[in-house]
Amino acid sequence: MMLASDIQVAQNIGFGIIAAVMVLAAIRVVTSKNVVHAALSLIAVMAGSAAQYLLLSAEFVAVTQVLVYIGAVMVLFLFGVMLTRAKLGKDVDLDNKGAWAYGAPVALLMLGVMVYVLTKGFKDTKISVSGKGSNVGQNSLLSDKIFSSYALPFWALSFVLLAAVIGAIVLARKD
Amino acid sequence: MNLAVTIPYWGQSLLRVLGGTVAVLLPAGTIVYLFLFKMMSFMQSRLGPMEAGPYGSMQLFAEVGKWLQKEDITPARADKRVFRAAPLVVLVSTFLLVAVVPFGPDAYFTQFDAGIFYMLAVSSISTLGILMAGWSSANKYSLLGGLRAAGQLIAYELPMVLSVLGVVIQAGSMNLQTIVIKQNSDSIFGWNGLGYPYIATQFVGFLVFMISVQAELTQTPFDMPIAESELVSGYMTEYSGFRFLIFFIAEFATAGVFALIASVLFLGGWGIPFSWFGWQSVDSIDNWMNVAGPLVMITKMMVLAGIIMWVRFSFPRFREDQLQRFAWKVLIPVSLINIMLTAIFKVAF
Repeated sequence: MMLASDIQVAQNIGFGIIAAVMVLAAIRVVTSKNVVHAALSLIAVMAGSAAQYLLLSAEFVAVTQVLVYIGAVMVLFLFGVMLTRAKLGKDVDLDNKGAWAYGAPVALLMLGVMVYVLTKGFKDTKISVSGKGSNVGQNSLLSDKIFSSYALPFWALSFVLLAAVIGAIVLARKD
Repeated sequence: MNLAVTIPYWGQSLLRVLGGTVAVLLPAGTIVYLFLFKMMSFMQSRLGPMEAGPYGSMQLFAEVGKWLQKEDITPARADKRVFRAAPLVVLVSTFLLVAVVPFGPDAYFTQFDAGIFYMLAVSSISTLGILMAGWSSANKYSLLGGLRAAGQLIAYELPMVLSVLGVVIQAGSMNLQTIVIKQNSDSIFGWNGLGYPYIATQFVGFLVFMISVQAELTQTPFDMPIAESELVSGYMTEYSGFRFLIFFIAEFATAGVFALIASVLFLGGWGIPFSWFGWQSVDSIDNWMNVAGPLVMITKMMVLAGIIMWVRFSFPRFREDQLQRFAWKVLIPVSLINIMLTAIFKVAF
């Protein structure tokens, strides 16, 4: 049962504001006529999702989001774009003609899948954020899980990454 | 801790913001006056600023006044919004950085489990601001400077992350407050007269960390991004007045904050060895430590910032290829070996 006193007003307002900013920035990513502006908007979206994780008191995930996506992926992306083709001002051939026809159904499909999985998976489960027995925001718990019950997927993932790194070296080397 | 008065939440938040501003700007001002104006001048056999105030101590205010009066120029072909936002992104990264630094048993802005991780993540945001500044200036020197800066900061972020891991393994925590308490309550082979500052066992990590900090701050010998003989002033070329001032403040404020973090990780932070006053745990620490702690921190910070500036004034610039090779072929392997040895010793003892 959800009581009226369980509703966290400040968190909900924060969620709404951040979500609105994220949606606007996401629209800017696909409509912007300048590739660097699109990338900067994408950074805003990612920063927004990091903020949402913080609201859910998942600091570790939030920090990972900032470190990996903003600090590494987007910086490398901007670096690459600026090194090769980053005109100031408008770039006419940035938009794909008729991309909306494919994009919109895919987006709707994604939304449907995620809503279904989330409602199916969690249903009425309530996760206690504060008070005794709450383990939200504990890194040791996360690492214990990764290195015990999820050890095999973790290893598999690291092999995939290693293969990707070796592949990158093979592709980049000339001799 | 029990205070005589209870401060409401908004008041606490206000005090935190105020404290953060002081903790960023005070070290920046001190570093600029003491090291940039005076120490450099003495090393070059001159007096430095002497006119404004006794021994030129008011020079900082004069400088800020001068920058504020200058015209705020945006190049005609620049991307105006990105151009104006870039210095703020760099400054915000500094302010976010200071949020996790603990200054005393109760004198901290915030503390959470992922403290070190947060600090490493947030410090990488400044790269973004530099790239934005370089690209939006519509100037090839700016763009070159921005790209050089990004390449350098990405390369030196790795050894920085890796060098910190040794400390994390030893402390068994990523919480900066826990790391400080560990260092001051542990003992070296049963002798607890000095606590156990991690510089004793993590000297290699400390060295790698300080070198990476030097590079992250783009201080000489790692100042390729703003090499004035090649790139005018790198990504800052087109900036003037107030916006240049923000870059300038951010540079030295970040130097101060990184010195604070280095003192927390390797030199025992705000603490004095708990055995001196017979404190058993964090709860038994006397309240005056909340005043003495920040002073201890500032002292350690000044020593480390002094070393950073000393190196800056002493060494010539690295070439771009030397700079990259040094990061990838020397610092990263060394810090990896350091992590391995630390882990082995941690398990063995």
